[in-house]
Amino acid sequence: MRYTLRVWRQSGPSSRGQLVEYTVDDISADMSFLEMLDVLNERLLLEGESPVAFDHDCREGICGACGVMIDGVAHGPERATTTCQLHMRHFDPAKPIVVEPWRAAPFPVVRDLVVDRSALDRVIEAGGYISAPTGAAPDAHAVPVPKPVADTAFEAAACIGCGACVAACPNGSSMLFTAAKVTHLGVLPQGQPERHARAADMLRAQDDLGFGGCTLTGECTAVCPKGIPLETISRLNHDVLAAAMMGQ
Amino acid sequence: MAGRLWASTVGKKAVMAVTGGVLLLYVVAHMAGNLKVFAGRESIDGYGVFLREFLAPVLGYGGLVWVIRAVLSLSVILHMTAAVQLARRAKRARPVSYATRPKVNGSYAARTMRWGGVIVALFVVYHVLDLTAGVLNPHGVEGEIHANVVADFQHWYVVLAYTVAVVALGFHLRHGIWSALRSLGLGSARRAAAVKTAALVVSVAITVGFLSVPYAVLFGLVSDQ
Repeated sequence: MRYTLRVWRQSGPSSRGQLVEYTVDDISADMSFLEMLDVLNERLLLEGESPVAFDHDCREGICGACGVMIDGVAHGPERATTTCQLHMRHFDPAKPIVVEPWRAAPFPVVRDLVVDRSALDRVIEAGGYISAPTGAAPDAHAVPVPKPVADTAFEAAACIGCGACVAACPNGSSMLFTAAKVTHLGVLPQGQPERHARAADMLRAQDDLGFGGCTLTGECTAVCPKGIPLETISRLNHDVLAAAMMGQ
Repeated sequence: MAGRLWASTVGKKAVMAVTGGVLLLYVVAHMAGNLKVFAGRESIDGYGVFLREFLAPVLGYGGLVWVIRAVLSLSVILHMTAAVQLARRAKRARPVSYATRPKVNGSYAARTMRWGGVIVALFVVYHVLDLTAGVLNPHGVEGEIHANVVADFQHWYVVLAYTVAVVALGFHLRHGIWSALRSLGLGSARRAAAVKTAALVVSVAITVGFLSVPYAVLFGLVSDQ
C-alpha cells in the first residue's frame, strides 16, 4: 500500500518547523506506525536526505519512549495503544496522515517529532518516591495490601510516562501523569508517610514547570495508552487539598 | 493556607468549585422563585416583597437582598478571576497549536466552559439592567415584577437572548457540577456514572425551569389579564 504523510520537520529546538509531505510505498497492513516511518527513513537516507527523527525504544508498548500526534490524536486512532503498537491497517491509504510532535511549552521540540520530556522527570523528583529503610529487603508479605488497593495502585502504576496526556490536554496539563504517580504510591501502605506532602510537592513542581491546570475534559484518559482512569485526578485533588488543610 | 492554595492550579479549581456551588444554589432558588409567575401577579410580586421583608428587623428592609447580592458578587469575582488565570496559563502551556485537532473525548459541555461562562456573564449584566434595575425593561417599574416580566417576553428577541443564555448555563452546569465534585476530590469511579447523570438531570431541570417563564409569556399562557 502507498500512504501520503504530512510530517512535522524541524531541524533544531530554535529553528522554524513545517509540515512536509511524503509518500511511502510498500507498506503492509501488518506494519506498525513506527515501521512505516522506518521505511520512509530508509528511503530518505538513500536519497541523501536527513531521516525523520522520532523517539522509540522497546516497540512493545511498555517503555513510553514513542508517541506522536497522528491526525491530531496522541498515539493515533486506536484506544489504549502506543504508536509502536498501532498498525497500518487502521489507516485509509486514500487519506494523508498528519504527524506532529507533542505540543506543550514544557516539552520543547528537540528535532522533528522528538520532544524533551524531562519535565516529567522533574515532577517525579518532587515526590514520586517512598521512604524505606535500607538494608535487607523486607519479606514480601510483611506489609499486607488488600487486593482492591493493590489493583488500584497497579492500574495507576501502569503509567509509562509517554506524555500523551499532556499532548492531548487542551490546557497542556500533565495532571493525569502526576495523578497516576500520586495514586500509585498514595493508596499503598508504603506510600502513606509522604502521601499528602507528595501530592502537594508534585503538583507544585508541575505548576512551576509551566504545565496548564486541569479542567477535567477527559481528553487525557481517552488517549492514554494504559487507560489510566480520570478518578486518579480526583484522588490527587483530594490529597492536595488535604495537605493544604494540614498546613503542608 | 489560602495564599498557598490560590497559588496552585488545584487550589484555584477548588475555589471555582466552591464559588460555583454557591452560584448553583442561588440559581436553583432563583429558578424556583420564577415559577411563582404561574401562580399569578399577587404571588410573584408578593414574593419580591417577602424577600425584602425577610429578616428586616435585623438587616433592615431589603437587607437580605443586599447580603445575597454581596455573596454572589464575591463568588462571581473569585470564580471568574480563577477561570481567567487558568485559561491564560493553559494558553501559555501550548504556545504552538496542532495542525489538525479532532475532539477525542467529545464532551461539548467541557469544551465550551470558557466561552459559555463568558456568555452567561454578559447575560447577567444585561439581566440585572433589565429586571433588577429596570433600565432596559420595556415596563421597568420597581416591584411590579409580573408586569416587567410580561412586558419583556412579548418580544421574540428578548426571549431569544434568554434562551441562548439559559442553554449556555445548562451546558456550563452539566460539566461544572460533575467537574466541581472532582476538583474537590470527591469523585470516585463507583459514583462517576451516578454523578454524571445527576449533573445532567439538574442542568436540564434548571434550563427547562428558567425557559418555562419566557415561553409561557411569548405564547400567551401568562399575560397581563
